[in-house]
Amino acid sequence: MTRIARAFTALAALLMIGAFAVPLWQIRLLAPQYPEGLGLLIHVNTVRGAGRNDLTNINSLNHYIGMKAIDPAAIPVLRIMPWVLGALVVGGLMVALVGRRKLLVAWLGAYATAAALGLIEFWKWERDYGRNLDLENAIIKVPGMSYEPPLIGAKQLLNFTAISLPALGTILLGVAFLLGAHALFLSMRAARAARMEQGPTSSAANDATPKVTSPRLQPAGGR
Amino acid sequence: MASNISRKLAIGVGAAVAASATLYACTATGVKSSNLVTGDAASAVYVPPGSHDEYYAFLSGGYSGQVTVYALPSGRAIKQIPVFSQFPENGYGYDENTKAMLQTSYGFVPWDDSHHPELSQTDGIPDGRWLFINGNNTPRVARIDLSLFETTEILELPNAAGGHASPFTTPDTKYIVSATRFSVPVPNTDVPIDTYKKNFKGVLSFITADQPGKMDVAFQILMPGYNYDLAHAGKGPSDGWFFFTTYNTEQAYEKLELNASKNDKDVIAAVDYRRAEACVKDGKAKSVPAKYTHNYKDESTHIASSERKTSVKVLDPRDCEGVVYLLPTPKSPHGVDIDPSGEYIVASGKLATVIPVHSFSKMKKAIADKAYDGDVDGIPILKYTATIAGEVQKPGLGPLHTEFDGKGNAYTSMFISSEIVKWKLGTWEVLDRMPIYYSVGHLMIPGGDSKQPWGKYLVSLNKITKDRYLPTGPELAQSAQLIDISGDKMKMLLDFPTIGEPHYAQGIPASVLKDKQVKYYPLSENKNPGAVKAESEGGITRTGKRVDVKMAAIRSHFAPDNLEGVQVGDTVYFHVTNIEQDWDIVHGFAVLGANNAELILAPGATRTLKWIPQAPGVYPFYCTDFCSALHQEMQGYVRVSPAGSSVPLMANVSKKARAQMSQQ
Repeated sequence: MTRIARAFTALAALLMIGAFAVPLWQIRLLAPQYPEGLGLLIHVNTVRGAGRNDLTNINSLNHYIGMKAIDPAAIPVLRIMPWVLGALVVGGLMVALVGRRKLLVAWLGAYATAAALGLIEFWKWERDYGRNLDLENAIIKVPGMSYEPPLIGAKQLLNFTAISLPALGTILLGVAFLLGAHALFLSMRAARAARMEQGPTSSAANDATPKVTSPRLQPAGGR
Repeated sequence: MASNISRKLAIGVGAAVAASATLYACTATGVKSSNLVTGDAASAVYVPPGSHDEYYAFLSGGYSGQVTVYALPSGRAIKQIPVFSQFPENGYGYDENTKAMLQTSYGFVPWDDSHHPELSQTDGIPDGRWLFINGNNTPRVARIDLSLFETTEILELPNAAGGHASPFTTPDTKYIVSATRFSVPVPNTDVPIDTYKKNFKGVLSFITADQPGKMDVAFQILMPGYNYDLAHAGKGPSDGWFFFTTYNTEQAYEKLELNASKNDKDVIAAVDYRRAEACVKDGKAKSVPAKYTHNYKDESTHIASSERKTSVKVLDPRDCEGVVYLLPTPKSPHGVDIDPSGEYIVASGKLATVIPVHSFSKMKKAIADKAYDGDVDGIPILKYTATIAGEVQKPGLGPLHTEFDGKGNAYTSMFISSEIVKWKLGTWEVLDRMPIYYSVGHLMIPGGDSKQPWGKYLVSLNKITKDRYLPTGPELAQSAQLIDISGDKMKMLLDFPTIGEPHYAQGIPASVLKDKQVKYYPLSENKNPGAVKAESEGGITRTGKRVDVKMAAIRSHFAPDNLEGVQVGDTVYFHVTNIEQDWDIVHGFAVLGANNAELILAPGATRTLKWIPQAPGVYPFYCTDFCSALHQEMQGYVRVSPAGSSVPLMANVSKKARAQMSQQ
C-alpha cells in the first residue's frame, strides 16, 4: 500500500470514530396533531428520542396499537454494535499501520458484512416492533394493519407518516467505506504502475493480487 | 474491478443521499394549514363594525361549567352564560339570589363540567325558546332562557353518575334525556367494586322540559351496567324513539381503556319512550326513594329557590315488553346521530374502521320479525345485518360525531386522523375531506341535528390547539374552526379561540333570537321583597343580628349612600335594585372585604349581597360597572361599630328621595 492509501485508510478509521457520537439512523413521525413531529434517533449503542420526551411520548402513543415499549436496554444488538464498530476502527488503524493490501481487502470485507448485518438487524427490529403486536391488549385494532416503519423512505401508519432515513453517523460510515475503497483503488493502481515499470513478466514483490492485463483499466499516468 | 466497485458504491451512496434529500424536501413542503384557506376567506367572515352576524352559536364551556355564546361567521365571543359554576364577573352563585341554583343533594356544588348544549325544538326544528345543557360530574341539567341569556332552572338527576348522554331533546321538547355515563349501584350503596356485573346499573332519565319551573324526572329506565355515552331522539318516522350509545358492554370496572375496548360490537339502545310512558301510566314503574334537588329562579322576584325531591319512578324493561331494543354497533360507539329525514341512525365507533348506519325502517321490521340475536337482562338484541343500512368505508380514523346539511350529506368528525369527512347518505361514499387543526371532537352545523339544518356553516370543535395562536405558557386557549359547507367542497374560513373546552355546540339564525331579547326588567313587575322602586324606599332595618339594607342604584349614586349603626357580629344583607329602565344601563355593587363577589344589576333587577363585617371602621362600597360620566362618584360608606355600640341605625336620605317622600 502506498503512503497515501495508508493515510486514506487511517482517515477512514478515524472518521468512523465520529459514528460513536452521532445518530446512525433517524425515524421521523409526523401527524396532524404533531406538526412539529416526533422522532427516534438510532445510535450505535442506544435508541433515543429526537426531542427531549419523544421516546416516552412515542411509547405512550404506541400502547394504543399494542406495540411493545421501545426500551434501549432490551435491544441486545445495541450492546454488540459499539464493539463491532470499535473493532472496525482498530482494524482500520492496524491496516493503515501494517500497510498490507490483503488486510485492507479483508477489512473492507468485514466492514461491508457488518454494515449489511447491521441493516438486516435494524430491518428485523422494525419488523418485530411493527408486527409483533400484543393484540390481546391493543386498543386500536385495524385488520391487516402493521406498523413497521420503512427501512428507508416514508410510510403511512394510521395518522402518522413515518419517514426513515440514514443520519449523519451512517453518512460518516459511508464516507469512511468509500475512503477505504479508494485506498484500495490507489494501492492497486500504484501496484500496477510498479508492474508496468518493471516490465510485463515481473510481478510486484509486495503485492499478491493477480495481474491485471486489460488495457482498458490501465491508469492514464503513473505516479 | 475494484475501481468499478468503488464507483458503484459512490453512486449508491450518492443515490441514497439524493433520496433522503428528496424526502426531506417532501416533508418540508407538506401542505401548510394556512394554505388550506382558499379564495377570499377574510371577506366571508368579515362583519363590519356595527353590523350583526348571521348566527348565534352556543358552545359548551366544558370544565368551565358554562356556556359561551359566539356570533358566526365572525367567531366573535359575545357572552358567557354562567350555568354550573360560580361566576364572580356578575355574582352568579355568590349572591343570595342565585346561590340556590347550585344546590344539590350533595350540598352546594359550585362547579361542573358542561358538555352538550341543546336548543329546544318545536316540530323537530330549533325554536329559540331555551337552551339546555348538562352538568357531567354531579349529574344535572340546566335550562337557559334565551330571551334573557340566563340560567333559570337546574335539575339534579338521581341514580346517575356522569350525566354525559344529556340533555338531548324530543322534537317537541316534551322530554330531554340524561343517561348515566358511569353505571353505579342503584340505589347507590356500599358494595365491593368487583361486584360490578351483579350490582351496577345504568339509568336513562326522561325529564319533562316544556314547562319552565317544572322540570322533573318523569321516569327512569333501568338498564344493564354499561357506560351510556350519547343520545339523540328520532324524528319524522322515528319520532317517539330515543337512541343511546353504549360502550363497556364488557362491563369492565378497571383499566377501561383496555378492558372496555375488547368487544367487536357494543350496542345502541333504542327506546320506545311512548311505550315507556304507557307502562308508567299503567303503574309498571316502581317509585323508589331518591334524593335530588330542583332549583328554579323566579324572574319576577329574581330569587332562586331549591326544592328537595325524595322519590323517582324507575321502570324495569322486564316489566314493559318492547320498550327497549339493542342494536349491535361497532366499536365503542360515541355519537349517535339521526339524519333530518329520521330514517338513518348514524353511529360513530371511536375505534371502528367504518361508520355504520342503521335504518329505522329496517329496525322496525327486525322487531316485527323478531330478528333477535339473544338478549341482555330480557332486552332483545337485534341482528346487526337486520338493521344495518350501510357502512361508510375508509372514512378516516376515530369517528366521533355526525351532523347533516339538509342536502343529503353527512359530516363526520375524525379525532385521530384530525379531519372532517363529508359523505353521502344512501350511497355512503366519501365526498370530501377537510384537515382540522387539531383533533376535532364534536362538530356543529346550525340545526344540523334537527329536521331542518341551516347548512351553510360548520363549526369544528377541536381538542388540541398547540401552535394555532400565540403561545401562552403550558395552558392554551381551546379552539374552533369555521368551515363553509355551502358548496361541493368544504372551505376553511376561520380559526377562533374558545373559553373552556368546547364539547358540543348549537347554532341558530340570529333572526330567531334577536328580536325577543329582554332589554330591561320592568320595575312594576319586580316582586323581590327587598326591591325599591324609588329612591325614597331605601333604608336600613335590624332584626336581631341581621341588618337589611334596601338600596336604589341610579346614575350616578346609591340611595342611601351613608349607613351607620352596623355592629361587628352583624350579618348585613344589601338588597340593591337598579331602578334604571333603559337598555344597557347596568350598575354594579361591591363592598370592601366582602368574602363572596360583587353584584351586577341589570336595569330593573334586584340582587342581594351578604356581608359580614369583621372589625369596627368605615367601609366604602361603589359601583363596579362604568355606568355614566360620574361613575367614579357612585359610592358610599358603611360605618361599623363594636358589638353593643350605641350608634343608632341610620341610612341617609338623598335630596331626590326627600322630594319623592314629600310628594307622597
